[in-house]
Amino acid sequence: MPAPTAKPPLFLLALFSFFFIAPLAHAAKISDITETDFLDRTVRFFSFADPSLRYALAGSMLLGIACGLMGTFLVVRKLALMSDALSHAVLPGVAIGFLWSMTKNPFAIFIGATIAGLLGAATAQAITSTTKHKEDAALGFVLAGFFAVGVCLLTMIQNLPGGNKSGLDKFMFGQAAAMGREDVLILAGVVVICAAVIGIFYKEFLVTSFDPAFARSSGLKVQIFHYALMLMLAFAIVASLQAVGVVLVAAMLVIPAAAAFLLTDRLPRMLVLAAVFGMLSGALGAFFSFVGRNLPTGPVMVLTASAVFAVALFLAPRHGILAKWWRQRTRARRVQRENTLKAIYRVLEDEGFRSESVSLRELAEHRRETLEHSEAAIKTLEHHGFATREGSDFALTPPGWKRACEIVRNHRLWELYLNHAANIPADHVHDEAEEIEHILGEENVRQLEKRLNYARRDPHGKLIPGLEDIHGVSGRFLSGHAVGFGPHRQ
Amino acid sequence: MSALIPTFDFAQVIVEPWTENLSASAWVVLMGALVGTACGLVGNYLLLRRMALVGDAISHSILPGLVLVFLVFRNVSTPLMFLGAIGAGLLTVGIIEFIHRQTRVKADAATCIAFTSLFALGVVMLSIAETTGPIHIDAECVLYGEIAFVPLEPPVMFGGHEIGPPSVIRMAGVTLVLIVLVTVFYKELLLTSFDPGLARSMGLRTGFWHYALMAALSIVVVSSFEAVGAILAVAMLIVPAMFASQLTFHLPTRFVLTAFHSAVSSVLGFHLAIWLGCSTAAAMVVVGAILFLIAWALTSIKRKPRIFEGLDQKSSTFDPVQGLVTKPKSA
Repeated sequence: MPAPTAKPPLFLLALFSFFFIAPLAHAAKISDITETDFLDRTVRFFSFADPSLRYALAGSMLLGIACGLMGTFLVVRKLALMSDALSHAVLPGVAIGFLWSMTKNPFAIFIGATIAGLLGAATAQAITSTTKHKEDAALGFVLAGFFAVGVCLLTMIQNLPGGNKSGLDKFMFGQAAAMGREDVLILAGVVVICAAVIGIFYKEFLVTSFDPAFARSSGLKVQIFHYALMLMLAFAIVASLQAVGVVLVAAMLVIPAAAAFLLTDRLPRMLVLAAVFGMLSGALGAFFSFVGRNLPTGPVMVLTASAVFAVALFLAPRHGILAKWWRQRTRARRVQRENTLKAIYRVLEDEGFRSESVSLRELAEHRRETLEHSEAAIKTLEHHGFATREGSDFALTPPGWKRACEIVRNHRLWELYLNHAANIPADHVHDEAEEIEHILGEENVRQLEKRLNYARRDPHGKLIPGLEDIHGVSGRFLSGHAVGFGPHRQ
Repeated sequence: MSALIPTFDFAQVIVEPWTENLSASAWVVLMGALVGTACGLVGNYLLLRRMALVGDAISHSILPGLVLVFLVFRNVSTPLMFLGAIGAGLLTVGIIEFIHRQTRVKADAATCIAFTSLFALGVVMLSIAETTGPIHIDAECVLYGEIAFVPLEPPVMFGGHEIGPPSVIRMAGVTLVLIVLVTVFYKELLLTSFDPGLARSMGLRTGFWHYALMAALSIVVVSSFEAVGAILAVAMLIVPAMFASQLTFHLPTRFVLTAFHSAVSSVLGFHLAIWLGCSTAAAMVVVGAILFLIAWALTSIKRKPRIFEGLDQKSSTFDPVQGLVTKPKSA
């Protein structure tokens, strides 16, 4: 039995030794495992018995963190496609790094690929700044041109003695299982560097990302931070190549960050969320490709990230599609209710506020709709406590009356405002007022009233309901009418 | 390092392909030129619409469409292949638009998300399909393609005569149809690409032309797949069009230059590949990219670079009727 309460530092130390010190002499490949039972393999996954699995898992999670951090900046700077271009552009660097030592030395490949990535970023910038080609074309050129050079070099290497066993083709789709100690160390180094640089220069990255003009005016060298970002991006891409491959690195950079972008408006939270999502997809990708037969790690990792993104896309509390849909639905219903209230007010007004109740038929005739429609609309009003009903007649409750007055007031005030302040003819102001009446707040109404000198009639000569009508039922006595609510001013 | 680049043997690199192996060389070069021309035609419109990377997206996301068609019908005849490609292509564009219209995720990130997810889905479907039986599609092949294998295909027979390898015939058909379509609908494509607002006011359905172009793009890319693979198809889409638009503003001239660029890079790339012993399709793209770099250098060095600018005196200003689509910077 292990000690029930291990202290955090001890636990971390254990975890570290697990990944870095424990590796045994014989490294079993993930594909060597012969159990065919799903459960067996699940148990085996969580027992962390295979050193190659430990590397794969640690590597995938570190990769997710590095990509999530860098991806955040790509998403907020609208540079997502830069990741795609750079991940292809590093290929010749991989080949040249291999040629340098003629072995698959991770450090040589890392340096070569980073240089190639930076060259790619510089080429894209040179094309956009010296020709009329737009960014998309420049990125496409870098992507395809560099990749073609890389494929040429790789196919030439394969003709060399010993070249075809180089395993360089694994760089296309990646193979987390083939990750070794050096690969994991490089990834850890990249994570530390990225986190440190972002932490130290957080303010600078923030301002150059969101307001480059302001950054320039306050003396920051925007270009330097752009290239620093590109350099770290190249680091992250190159370190991740081994696990997810050239084609899908872009996905690991962009997808977790985009999911985080839907969930929060604050950069620090987005960084953390993106890193967590990346780590999660990395771990789940490693898990599924371990328990599933013959599943490539990179694509599975990407699909996991896509699933996270899909969940965020639909369920995010503020920016998600469901939340948006719900907001629109409630707003549409409120507008419908308010339009019914306004129609009732108009019916009452046409009758000179002589009666307090309106019949369904009158409402239907006024709105030019069927009785069923009117009835449904009145039922909604009743449901919200805006109207009471007796048989085919109904009357507004005080809250209903208040809201109806407000809407009509907003409408007519806005018409008057457009007519006076913007010189729009009186017969053109209705449609705009029809929309704005639902969103004018009390504050704006006060200002409008003041600007319009507390005018009483709209451009069509109708009375604008005032505060007294809205707040006091007293209006009906002052108005001189026997019954009914109504504007007291004549 | 010295073993990497073989010595340049003029007879072996330049002469022998055309004396020993005439028909094979001819098919490879023809295929390269056809792929470049067809892709370049579509690519010119992509550049105008600033959608070059949508070509990249579609060329990747076609994979799940192909795998699905194969899993359902168990063969890869041309019409089915086109069907799968168009379906996947339009789905990609649909997903991209859905994400960036409905949420605050921008179009670039949406593009990246859509195509990488679909491509990953394709690879996973492929590896699951491989466990159930042999499958005619190979993910690596989808990425690289191998144009050098084109002459090895069993030739299409017509009336007792061998005509040629099926992929070249198909590519030729696609190119011809595309040239006809671009000629017939020149005005519509130009207008919807350059000024969607004006096009709409004249009663053109911009959405329809957008999706039609995407469908054409899907077909062109899927027919180029076997020869050049997904990523190099992107090169074929973008590089010839960039080369042409670097040299002229006149759209029909751009088309001619695109075809010229494709033919030259096809021939030179073919010989480069023989010399270096590398992938033929990649060598063609490398030559194409070098041609663009040369055009870029020439236009940067000389003050008055655009060789076709004097084609029409009136065309020094924007004139879409004459096919002049971009206003020159210096007038």
